[in-house]
Amino acid sequence: MKIAVIVFPGSNCDVDIYEALATVCHADVQYVSHRERSLAGFDAVMLPGGFSYGDYLRAGALARFTNIMPAIIQMANEGKPVFGTCNGFQILTEAGLLPGALKHNNSQQFICKTVPLEVVNNQTLFTTKYQARERIALPIAHADGCYVASKETLNQLEQNHQVVFRYAAENPNGSLRNIAGITNRRGNVLGMMPHPERAVEALLGNTAGRRLFESLLANGTVKA
Amino acid sequence: MKQAMTPEEIKKQKPYLDWSLTEKEYNYIADQLLGRLPNYTETGLFAAMWSEHCSYKKSKPVLRLFPNKNARVLQGPGEGAGVVDIDDGQAVVFKAESHNHPTTVEPYQGAATGVGGILRDIFSMGARPIASLDSLHFGELTDPQMRMKVAQTIKGIGDYGNCMGIPTVAGETTFDPCYQGNILCNAMSVGLMNQKDLQQGKAAGIGNAVMYVGAKTGRDGIHGATFASADFSDENATQRSAVQVGDPFMEKLLMEACLELIQKHADWLVGIQDMGAAGIVSSSAEMASEGQSGMKLNLDLVPQRETGMSAYEIMLSESQERMLLCVVKGHEKDVREIFNRYDLDAVTIGRIIEGHDYILEHDGEEVCHIPVSTLTDDVLEEPSTEREPQRLQTAREEPVWQPVVNEPGQVLRQLLQQATIASDEVLTQQYDSQVRTSTVVGPGSDAGVIRIRGYHKGLAMTTDGNGRFVYLDPEIGGQMAVTEAYLNIVASGAEPLAITDCLNYGDPNDPEIFWELHHSIEGMATACCIFDTPVISGNVSLYNENNGRAIYPTPMVGMVGLIKNLDHVISSFATHAGDDVYLIGQTGNDYAGSELQKLMTGQISGTLSKVNLQRIQEYCGRLHSEMVAGHVTAAHDVSEGGLGVAFAEMLFAGKTGMNLDLRDLTAPQLFSETAGRMVVTVPTAFKKEFENVMGNDARWVGTVTNTHWLEGHLQGADFNEDLAELKREYKEALPCQLKLKD
Repeated sequence: MKIAVIVFPGSNCDVDIYEALATVCHADVQYVSHRERSLAGFDAVMLPGGFSYGDYLRAGALARFTNIMPAIIQMANEGKPVFGTCNGFQILTEAGLLPGALKHNNSQQFICKTVPLEVVNNQTLFTTKYQARERIALPIAHADGCYVASKETLNQLEQNHQVVFRYAAENPNGSLRNIAGITNRRGNVLGMMPHPERAVEALLGNTAGRRLFESLLANGTVKA
Repeated sequence: MKQAMTPEEIKKQKPYLDWSLTEKEYNYIADQLLGRLPNYTETGLFAAMWSEHCSYKKSKPVLRLFPNKNARVLQGPGEGAGVVDIDDGQAVVFKAESHNHPTTVEPYQGAATGVGGILRDIFSMGARPIASLDSLHFGELTDPQMRMKVAQTIKGIGDYGNCMGIPTVAGETTFDPCYQGNILCNAMSVGLMNQKDLQQGKAAGIGNAVMYVGAKTGRDGIHGATFASADFSDENATQRSAVQVGDPFMEKLLMEACLELIQKHADWLVGIQDMGAAGIVSSSAEMASEGQSGMKLNLDLVPQRETGMSAYEIMLSESQERMLLCVVKGHEKDVREIFNRYDLDAVTIGRIIEGHDYILEHDGEEVCHIPVSTLTDDVLEEPSTEREPQRLQTAREEPVWQPVVNEPGQVLRQLLQQATIASDEVLTQQYDSQVRTSTVVGPGSDAGVIRIRGYHKGLAMTTDGNGRFVYLDPEIGGQMAVTEAYLNIVASGAEPLAITDCLNYGDPNDPEIFWELHHSIEGMATACCIFDTPVISGNVSLYNENNGRAIYPTPMVGMVGLIKNLDHVISSFATHAGDDVYLIGQTGNDYAGSELQKLMTGQISGTLSKVNLQRIQEYCGRLHSEMVAGHVTAAHDVSEGGLGVAFAEMLFAGKTGMNLDLRDLTAPQLFSETAGRMVVTVPTAFKKEFENVMGNDARWVGTVTNTHWLEGHLQGADFNEDLAELKREYKEALPCQLKLKD
């Protein structure tokens, strides 16, 4: 399985997700510049965290107009795994690959801490190595992580089991229905504010994110 | 564009006095250096380059007291940042810089651009920044404006570092009325590089190109350097033009482009330097001076985002996110292609020329033609007069203040809620401390620890400074600042390598303040010699005064240590019930300048005890060997609030407690701030060996228990406190005082 990590101008968790996949999970992974137009030969794509285009206009709003986006949308339509964390999640909502939007945190502050989460759906290709309703803790680090969507959308997300992660104790940013991560209807596009790539090594004190990448590597190869 | 004044008008009207150039300096420049009257642009360049901020003309004689070499130092002071060998062909690069004046006037942008500036110093050396630290000193939070300034300063640091993707992993925040009108905002950056990539700020080779890269030049920050070299008063409290505006996104692109150029195409590059204080003039003149070259620049080619800028404005602008390169002739296009790929300007604005002259053209006219050395080397060092402050004499004659503590538990609770001691998590969680996924130990411990990918080694880093002690005794206070940093590094399991500093003082023209500067540097230098931690970089910030009242002399020490094996990182949290607790170092009656004194009397006074640096160095060496042997489970240095606070802080992360036998200490001694102490925990299995190695320097004081209570017995007083309660108070104090929470 060959995985692309997209590098937008201002991406800064690209190295983290690359290292989590390459060094920790021994996956075949490659950086791809936002200037490229093709993702031919890749089986999955990662949109990293950071501040693409400095969060100008809105977080993720400019990245969706980069050359690479049509190729990412094509992969999503082919059912291949597309994963975005933090700014990657914001870009996925801006690009229309995921419903809803991410607003400024209720506190009006950037917040970096480890928060408890519930794995709401362990049947996605990203979460099969978690137990149903398992409690884990993952780091968050964002200023714009308050997930919002219309009531109808929220109801649909829940009915279709598209809510994958929920904040399990405090709600750190004001997200509606404590939503921390969602998939698209088909289940192959996952966006989440927490950073699983920051929790893959015991040396750094947390390995709860590692199984997300291991699930992807086990389930992710999709015939186009 | 015409010059704003003729040379004769300048001589008569003396506008340079407002730019902090003295009449004596002006006359020296005209009569001795140039043999003619300098024109308007030249006068402006001299004022900026001869400011204390650029030339260190006041502080140079005393800065020479610092040791700055040892076997590991690859680059000492003088370049963008200092460089230290960390084996395997790698080096750590670090420096700290103050941004006190801008932060006081406009906390958000002042703090943000402080971070931006120090990061450029690191990547201009060829290193990738891997961690940031800060050292912040604010006024009291009872002042609503100060609460706003704290919030904005933190947001400024966070927004810049977070966007750059560089974790902020350690730092300190203190509060004292002396900083009410003059905040101290010191930022430190630590970078990692391969030694082969080491760059210099040098321009040489006739015909080689001087290239301008990064953001465009505007009118912001003109005279920032001279602004930082004058006192504050209410009159100029709104000098906004001198404050720069930061754009971390631009800096992120600039960093990636510069590092790509340095790491992949070093042969195209002669030198590189950040355009920091005094903008284009300081970077270009310093690079030419370093390369012993002449330089000719055409200012019409400088990318500008405002129209009608004069030569003077272009040269002195402190617009952010810009760098100056000296590029081998013929590679201008190659360099431009790299920067264009990052959507950045890269423009050849001049060439290295024969001779040693510094020539500027603007609008088809020559606006400056002077020897390079007149800007960089001929600065008149100012002899300073100094005098021991009267208060020190008075303090020696006054009776010693002796606190009375009847209920140590109650006092401990109060101390844990003092703004300087209380948890600053509410502030530090606004910083991304984990990006780059290498943070082994983040904010809230003695030192931040960053692992180095591909190796099983790491770097420990800390910033420390306590102006109260330096105010009471500059020399001993200076020693204590280095000692505290040293202990923080040792406590984390690292071997101390070297230090950087920010020297924050008042107006050095006041003989008493110069005396403080001189003697505190002597104290720091002595400690650095004994600890073998040379000063490899640093920054001086003078004139920190408000309406004639100086801050406490506040040297900030930023120390970095090497952890050769990450298995030996020591936590500051005691989480293993059953471990024995030891106190390293001796406890005296040291209440002068302590948090206890501040709490009980509302002020500080008294004299400080001598610090036995030699002995501290010696037992820290043995303690380190015990850590490497795996005999130590936790270590925490004893600083503000003394032993009582240290014990409590060690227990806030877990569910354990301590039972302490402190019967040879008096109740006040639980809060004494004697320097050079540490609390460590040792598993019972290693007790004997540990005691053998540490001898009299470690004293058994109790055990870690599995109840979450802190219990202890002192001479004539006991304490037994619920740690869950203490922790709640410790965590909530700062949010409450910041009025973030009722």
